[in-house]
Amino acid sequence: MTRRIRTYMQAAEPAGTELVAQIDAQFERLRTRLAGIRSIIVVASGKGGVGKSFVAATLAAGLADRGLKVGALDADVNGPSLARMLGAVRTRLRVDADGVHPANTRAGCALMSSDFLLDTPDAPLRWRGPDGAGFVWQSALETGMLREFLSDVCWGKLDALVIDTPPGTDKIARILPLLPGISAVLLVTTPSAVANAAVARSCTQLRDAGVQNLGVVHNMAGYFCPECRTISPLFAPATEHADDTPFGPTWATLPFDPRAAAAIDAGLKLPVDSPVTAAISRIIASLELPGTAPEQYP
Amino acid sequence: MKFLCVACDAVMNFAERQLPGDGTMAAVFTCPACQHEIAMLTNPMETQLVASLGVKVGGRTVEPPPFELIRGNIAEGSDVFADQVARVVWSADALDRLQRVPAFVRGMVKRIYSDYAKGHGIATITTEVMDRARTDLGLEGM
Repeated sequence: MTRRIRTYMQAAEPAGTELVAQIDAQFERLRTRLAGIRSIIVVASGKGGVGKSFVAATLAAGLADRGLKVGALDADVNGPSLARMLGAVRTRLRVDADGVHPANTRAGCALMSSDFLLDTPDAPLRWRGPDGAGFVWQSALETGMLREFLSDVCWGKLDALVIDTPPGTDKIARILPLLPGISAVLLVTTPSAVANAAVARSCTQLRDAGVQNLGVVHNMAGYFCPECRTISPLFAPATEHADDTPFGPTWATLPFDPRAAAAIDAGLKLPVDSPVTAAISRIIASLELPGTAPEQYP
Repeated sequence: MKFLCVACDAVMNFAERQLPGDGTMAAVFTCPACQHEIAMLTNPMETQLVASLGVKVGGRTVEPPPFELIRGNIAEGSDVFADQVARVVWSADALDRLQRVPAFVRGMVKRIYSDYAKGHGIATITTEVMDRARTDLGLEGM
């Protein structure tokens, strides 16, 4: 005869392990820290190599240029690049009772990145643990790292926090639950059927998660020649971008400007006369953040 | 996670957590009806899995310090925090305890204590420092 043993759900009495209470406390700490941030802007794609970090860095710098108080979070913990792009000096992180202080960048915004946690520029992110089994908890640790980047960093009061996400729809799903409110998501794609297929999956995931304000950024949409100032196709004409996509409205089209690419690689500002600079301004206008009306910043 | 005393049909209460320093953990639970006690023993992998969530079995008495999970689990980054000292030494009793850690996790455990000491400006690692590190870092079984 089988004994009747109560299930976990039937055994409602607390056991005193406090595990759920600690998870709740983590989210409360997150909400408290992020309460001072007016707008959270997520830059995503689902596809690697389309220029998410480029868009995130130039957007953060552009917002800071307009006098906004801006933070940037490099959520690509295994492939961080914002520190270099925003011109952050490799420095020790200062910790006090309030938390970990983000790094200042040449672009004028505060930055937190796993880059600052690595001993050398060529060191990969590695986790401790019993040998050979790191894959078991790697995902939990990476999510925990993002949680602490959000909840334990002294972001202060920000007009905007720009978050650069890594490739992969799973990575987007990992960070969404940590964000109490998202003002907008920029989906970055290139004139490529492969990239658009990946973006479509991300778009579905974001819409299923209730994200409404999606804008599409077409990156590498043609080659801009700085000498003759013309734009020629970079990909086959059939794959060049459409004005609107099934994912959402097009907010900006960025041609490839070698001067802009060189500037961002060196952590410098974009050339004023680059079409990329104008495209970033169009993104900022589409975001409709307080204090960024075009007439205020010609 | 709960333990049910089958004889009493009562959820057992968490009573005590012990971290022997070899990567494992023992958590003691008591039946509120018959007072029978059991101990849940976790191996280093199971212990690490719980620690990866940033929680401690039995709860906390103080707020976790900033970047507790990161500082306790990242393999790189021993010198990135500004409040660190350059080098630590081990006391004889601390080294003796370290030798009891299984060889396959000993290097990892040693690094954790060294980084903790550096991060807290502690020049000498003693058994007391090891005890405090385990509690502070939420490294349940290290």
